Amino acid sequence: MRRTTGEEELRPDDGGRPDEGGRPDEGGTDRGAATERDAGAGTESGAGKGAVDVGQGAGRTKKSRRKKSGKDDVVLPALGFIGMLRFVWRQLTSMRTALFLLLLLAVAAVPGSLFPQRPTNAAAVDQYIEDHPVVGPWLENLQLFDVYSSVWFSAIYLLLFISLIGCVVPRTAQHAKAMRSKPPRTPRRLSRLPEYSAMAIPAAAGVTPSSAIEEAAAMLKKRGYRVDVRDRDTGRPSVGAERGFLKEVGNLLFHICLIGVLISVAVGGMFGYSGQKTLVEGDTFVNTLVGYDSFEPGNNFDRGQLDPYSIRLDDFSVTFDRQSEANYGQPLDYTAEMTVTESPGAEPEQQVLEVNDPLSIGGTNVYLLGNGYAPVVTVRGGNGNVAYKGPVISLPSDSSYTSSIVIKAPDAQPSQLGFVGLFIPTAVVGKDGRTVASDPDPLNPQLLLDSYYGNLGLDSGDPQNVYALDVKGLNQLNGRQLDTGGIVLKAKETYKLPEGKGSISFDGLKRYIAIEVHHDPGKMAVLMCSSLALLGLIMSLFIGRRRAWVRAGAHDDGRTMVEFGLLARGEDYRLDAERDKLRELFGRKWLVENGQPDDDDRKDK
Amino acid sequence: MGVNETLGEYSDLFMLLAAMTYLVAFLGFAWDMASSSKTLKAVDQRAASAQNAQQTTSKVSTVAAGAGAQAESTSHEGLTGPSDRVARIGSGRSASVSDSVAAQSMDYTGERRVAARVGVSITALAFVVHLAAVLARGIAADRVPWGNMYEFCTTGALVVAGIFLGALTRKDLRFLGTFVIGLVLIMLCAATIGFPTPVGNLIPALQSYWLVIHVSVAVIASSLFTLTFAMSVLQLLQSRREAALAAGQSPGMAFMKRVPAALNLENLAYRINAVGFVLWTFTLMAGAIWAEEAWGRYWGWDTKEVWTFVIWVVFAGYLHARATRGWTGTRAAWLCIVGYLCIIFNFAIVNVFFSGLHSYSGL
Repeated sequence: MRRTTGEEELRPDDGGRPDEGGRPDEGGTDRGAATERDAGAGTESGAGKGAVDVGQGAGRTKKSRRKKSGKDDVVLPALGFIGMLRFVWRQLTSMRTALFLLLLLAVAAVPGSLFPQRPTNAAAVDQYIEDHPVVGPWLENLQLFDVYSSVWFSAIYLLLFISLIGCVVPRTAQHAKAMRSKPPRTPRRLSRLPEYSAMAIPAAAGVTPSSAIEEAAAMLKKRGYRVDVRDRDTGRPSVGAERGFLKEVGNLLFHICLIGVLISVAVGGMFGYSGQKTLVEGDTFVNTLVGYDSFEPGNNFDRGQLDPYSIRLDDFSVTFDRQSEANYGQPLDYTAEMTVTESPGAEPEQQVLEVNDPLSIGGTNVYLLGNGYAPVVTVRGGNGNVAYKGPVISLPSDSSYTSSIVIKAPDAQPSQLGFVGLFIPTAVVGKDGRTVASDPDPLNPQLLLDSYYGNLGLDSGDPQNVYALDVKGLNQLNGRQLDTGGIVLKAKETYKLPEGKGSISFDGLKRYIAIEVHHDPGKMAVLMCSSLALLGLIMSLFIGRRRAWVRAGAHDDGRTMVEFGLLARGEDYRLDAERDKLRELFGRKWLVENGQPDDDDRKDK
Repeated sequence: MGVNETLGEYSDLFMLLAAMTYLVAFLGFAWDMASSSKTLKAVDQRAASAQNAQQTTSKVSTVAAGAGAQAESTSHEGLTGPSDRVARIGSGRSASVSDSVAAQSMDYTGERRVAARVGVSITALAFVVHLAAVLARGIAADRVPWGNMYEFCTTGALVVAGIFLGALTRKDLRFLGTFVIGLVLIMLCAATIGFPTPVGNLIPALQSYWLVIHVSVAVIASSLFTLTFAMSVLQLLQSRREAALAAGQSPGMAFMKRVPAALNLENLAYRINAVGFVLWTFTLMAGAIWAEEAWGRYWGWDTKEVWTFVIWVVFAGYLHARATRGWTGTRAAWLCIVGYLCIIFNFAIVNVFFSGLHSYSGL
């Protein structure tokens, strides 16, 4: 937002602005005007102003003093507490500070992309700290692993938004006033305006100065200008006109909507929640706290918010590219067939969940974020009893679904059993004798496992990662790294563990999906605000705010002389086109209709 | 979902042909600049000495010259008000340099510039070949041709060339030719050497109509920023040259005589950046909507999102800089350049080296 706090300079009663160009004391007008445009009677000259508070009428003197004194006007002789506050407020809401904060925000956002971030990938952060024992803790203290909720990042954007509010509020008031006031008075010398043109209407046309002005006013009005005819009864009537108030409306809308976005995001963060769950084919998820694998509630989350709907994964199918040679095996489609029950007792419904096409249930959205294989295994203990039977989720690590897998059988007797290793959907033996995955489809599924026995530590009550096996304190039975070799299990095979510790069978294969459940009450508001912000941005950048003045007078020889000038507020590159357009309109009205050629007579009065 | 691999190979071939044709066009534009520097050198020197003479007589111009770049940058902010009018007709600055730079209107003059004409015609030819390559790619894959980095880059280069050619029909922007076609060449080389990707289907995450909306607007916005990047670099060169001219020194860089004054470059770049910023804002929003649909959250500070945000903020800063005393001119141009470098970084570095949800969009 351009903080031309010198909105005063544009006040109709002051009329200083149009006059600026017409000022005879040329001296350093260009620089002077530029200074005023920006600093104006406003915040940027803050230091001196806080104490002295020069009235707006003194604009010119103030400017020259500013230029001369330079740094001296930062000396604070008698600011006092209130003055100090005022000074700080003016500094904060100045354009320069806003620009500085904006650029600072850009710089501050960067580290979040350089270091792993806790909210998105906590495991990567732990790994990073482990790998960098010296720097890691320091970065942690500087909140570089959680940049976007860090104190310093928050401080920057909060200051920026305070600065924004401090700018938007007064400007809204100013603009509301400007929209209600009449166009500013006609400058004395229109020829000094950035765009100027004049024409002489021959006496024969019978156009008097006042009728010319009335007609000009009507034409301007038709072009969307707000007009005000003045000096009607004098020999030099004129009309002042202004258009493009929507430019500033758009500007304010944009910035107010940004505040709206921030508030909506905050609301969403407070009352929303999200959770993750993996679902093997045939599994049902019920939307309750215990139903989730992991759950992140907002600050004001209440468990009563959860609608107890249930969804069941009936079937999950993946299509891989089998035609293209170059992209052979690339996934083309993931489709999850779900049975949805909106509330307990409701009629179950078949729905399809796909990537980019979430399910919408009970105020939440359910997204398909990942998938993989869940081999079905049966583990028996040394006593021959079934210790575990069912699918085990494996985590894919590449596009061929080479997946890591951990199987824990704490119920195995006499000793608990643990397995860690790989699941490979299509296993082939590579040149070096190692088994590698060559296709994402299960053409030759194999489990490659190391086995352990002992106390798995699950009884201690400490939470454990189900996807990792802590082998400390366990005794290894066999392993791929050992001479004895590990377990290689093809489909439907069973492996008997050494030392009579039990057995493991690979009974079947299922697919699973990882779903994410989201509830964000601020979402729609964010969308609304940002859409309005975009609209406001377009308005503020592409609407031209212009002022036009037309003045007429009678020449001694009977001709009626009409001159007009245009002034833009803010960036406007079509001002000269507007002048040409007005000239054409006026010419058509007064000259062409009377059979006169359009003459570009730039005579000034 | 069928992929026509033969057509894809033709597309690659056309792309190479287009790159080679652009190379010829690039040489044409470079030749134009070089020849201008030769023939106009003498004129330049005359202008400089004339300026020396003028300086002793004109107090205004001495003030303007002595104040240096900083004062200059403040002297022409707010370009449409009365101050601008004064600057345009009377300030020593424009008077001292106006005959050593191209006209501000950037309209075509009667001057015959054979090399430049050759450059433009060959660019048009290259554009046609390039268009054929991109279309063939799209048809071969049976989808929009911006599903991976190779396609983003080649389509982006096509849009850059297209906008440049379109602008040429209205304004004489041939002075930009060397830079713009140079950048197009770099984009094509980066695509074919850096991220060659055989034509293929889209992975499920990219199968959304948002790919059409979000990425196409991102391509257009990036292309516009490519143009303003070239202008801002020229603006910096030109303002140094103008400062030297105003100080009565030999300005050097005679090839810059074909280039309009720094102020005009700044104005044009600003207008294009304003459009680019609106499109980038839309890219950001459309991306957020898509992210909401695909990943369940509209904003997650993914590396790509971070950098898109950084770019947005930098260009927001650029727009604000134009309204801040002491930040117009050179500093604004630097912001524009930094913004563009962020775009390059976001595209080339983030996609390749940073892991994130957008990683698949590469290689």
